[in-house]
Amino acid sequence: MEHHSILRVISKLLIPPIILYALYVQWHGDYGPGGGFQAGVVFAVAFILYSLVYGVDALTRIVSPRLLHAFAGIGVLIYAGTGVVTMLLGDAFLGYNALAHDPVHAQEWGIIVVEFGVGVTVASVMMTIFIAFASHNPPLKDEDW
Amino acid sequence: MQASILDLEYVLGHYNYWMFVILMMTGLYITVSRGNLIKKIVGLNIFQTAVFMLYISMGKIIGGTAPILVDDPDAVYSNPLPHVLILTAIVVGIATTALALALVVRIRETYGTVEEDDILAMEHEMEFGAGVPHGGDRG
Amino acid sequence: MMALIETNLPALQVVLPLVAAPVCAMLGRGSRSWAFATAVSWLTFLVALSLFAKTFGGTIISYEMGGWAPPIGIEYRVDVLNAFVLMIVSGMAAIVLPYARRSVAAEIPAERQSFFYTAFLLCLTGLLGVTITGDAFNVFVFLEISSLSTYALVASGAWRNKRALTAAYNYLIMGTVGATFFVIGIGMLYMVTGTLNMADLAVRIAAHGDSSTVHMGFVFILIGIGLKLAMFPLHLWLPNAYSFAPSAVTAFLAATATKVAVYVMLRFMFTVFGFDYEFQAATLEMVVLPLAILAMFAASLVAIFQDDLKRMLAYSSVAQIGYILLGLAFLTDTGLTATIIHLFNHAVTKGALFMVAGCYVLMAGTSSISGLRGVGRDMPWTTAAFVVAGFSLIGLPLTVGFISKWYLVQAALELGWWPVALLIMASSLLAIVYVWRVVETAYLQPAPEGVTRKEAPPSMLIPVWILVAMSIWFGINAMTTSAAASRGGNMLIGSSQILWED
Repeated sequence: MEHHSILRVISKLLIPPIILYALYVQWHGDYGPGGGFQAGVVFAVAFILYSLVYGVDALTRIVSPRLLHAFAGIGVLIYAGTGVVTMLLGDAFLGYNALAHDPVHAQEWGIIVVEFGVGVTVASVMMTIFIAFASHNPPLKDEDW
Repeated sequence: MQASILDLEYVLGHYNYWMFVILMMTGLYITVSRGNLIKKIVGLNIFQTAVFMLYISMGKIIGGTAPILVDDPDAVYSNPLPHVLILTAIVVGIATTALALALVVRIRETYGTVEEDDILAMEHEMEFGAGVPHGGDRG
Repeated sequence: MMALIETNLPALQVVLPLVAAPVCAMLGRGSRSWAFATAVSWLTFLVALSLFAKTFGGTIISYEMGGWAPPIGIEYRVDVLNAFVLMIVSGMAAIVLPYARRSVAAEIPAERQSFFYTAFLLCLTGLLGVTITGDAFNVFVFLEISSLSTYALVASGAWRNKRALTAAYNYLIMGTVGATFFVIGIGMLYMVTGTLNMADLAVRIAAHGDSSTVHMGFVFILIGIGLKLAMFPLHLWLPNAYSFAPSAVTAFLAATATKVAVYVMLRFMFTVFGFDYEFQAATLEMVVLPLAILAMFAASLVAIFQDDLKRMLAYSSVAQIGYILLGLAFLTDTGLTATIIHLFNHAVTKGALFMVAGCYVLMAGTSSISGLRGVGRDMPWTTAAFVVAGFSLIGLPLTVGFISKWYLVQAALELGWWPVALLIMASSLLAIVYVWRVVETAYLQPAPEGVTRKEAPPSMLIPVWILVAMSIWFGINAMTTSAAASRGGNMLIGSSQILWED
């Protein structure tokens, strides 16, 4: 990893804004364009970019595939759990209105929580897919570039 | 109907549908005709993209803006529902592509090739080449 | 609490396996996730039973997802027909999963088993979702959830035979093309009507009248679903997928996946397009009817010449789908009853047969018919189950297969189509041939030297015999199933006139 100093510097500059942008898209999904699907993909892209430059092993040291599998499941549980909670509160499955005293807040909170679950799942699934494919082949040596 | 097909306005007015038809047939043709498993997936993706375009263009309203709430009460919005549907369809498409590629990776590992003809030849040999000939025990 | 559960039953039907799937993946060890998945499948079955009990009298339960009223929101709509299908699907899962443990332990490596059961639960989620939803696009989403997990399940047969990989790949390509056709069809309908709720679609299509867009929508949906349900000649993915999938998966898929696709077809043809849609009636009579009859003969003939038991049964499935479509193509009350009752009867019969094949794979190490010589003496209970279920496949009296054929022949005779009735009986003769081949090999041929085969374990035999017992019980006492089927058929015919306020 002595080569590609330009790539390494640029990617280090790019990754923080990408993650920030992903978080922006995530938390603005209730009122503006955005939401879990897009945010999850953008978030995963930051990590994928990192592993493109530093190698898959570097990525799996930060987030192990086991962790990603767990997060993919947790995201679904957050999503479905919200639905179960609203059911327990007496509304329909994913009937957010039960979450707060007035419908506007309730819808907003419901969407934020559900989209967070979606975002977690999408991000971890995208990374899992990438790792699954990328770790299949031996990494290129620097000299072979 | 017959006369209107030659009508230039009719042809140009349905420009998005022609694009859909061309893309769809291209994708479907690639999927059916190519022997390379990866190329089949590429064809499948083009095919699916054609459908995305069909839905998105059907949600467009002339003069309509993006369906994000603005202050102007007279604003005309495009229909957001097809967008939402296609967002879901895109996710389904990604999942399908990922699964298909994963299968191709495994096929490549076990068969050593991604050409359909070679694989079929190998499977034919597996089935009829070794051991009991096909239906040979039938009296 | 009970009231809370009762009002949310339709949601629970889908949410239970959906929530269980990620939990199952996190459990890690194979035996733990198996126990969990089995418990969940039984709970799901209980939910389906109570939904069936509620709708049997003709009540229609409408559930608004997220509290959004239809036709804007997604509606879950349970009536006697889809409650019946829900019961078949979840019941088969509840029977196959206890059976799956030994079979999966032998066919899938231990560290992969929890993922296997996760995919199984996801597949169940998808199939139940397709059945319960009243929203056309939602059908597509659930169809793809079930299909994607099915591809993975089929591919997991690769530990036993690498050809499972190509089988899964071909299934994936064809299934995705089918699903995409289906979406195009829904898009066409949406263009015409601006709605996706099935009941609302029916009203608006009827008001809109016929047009070339509706024609195209119908054709795309017919072909798309035709691919999913292996309508002859779109069945090419089926034989390989069924032969090379793990035994438990084959038993589950053969009993449910194509049945759910048939249900979708019924729903679209009779609830959405309506019974009186002329283009549909013409297509059914000119295209689907001949193809169904062709399937009955061509697929049965091919089945006769197969050496692999699972592949033979797979071709027989294609033939049986021919019977199902035949009943549909009659476009009469009795014909629809035959179709719906055969969904159940074939699920029970074919589920039992494929489970027997799984026992052979596990205990005798092969599913090739020539390798099963003399197996009747070594595995008497398993082979006896095959014989009884085989009788049902042929359609001998006192089995469920007879009930289906009885209704089918009756439907043909009502229309005065006695050649079709004769063809139905003639194709049953072909079933005798291929079932007899197995019986003859198993009982009358001497066992090869030096082969030791033990009887299948009780955990596999009991589920098999439950299904076999059902195929006898409902063959003698067909009141419940035929009542459900004829009510379902009546409702489909009546629903053309029902507006969606009531």
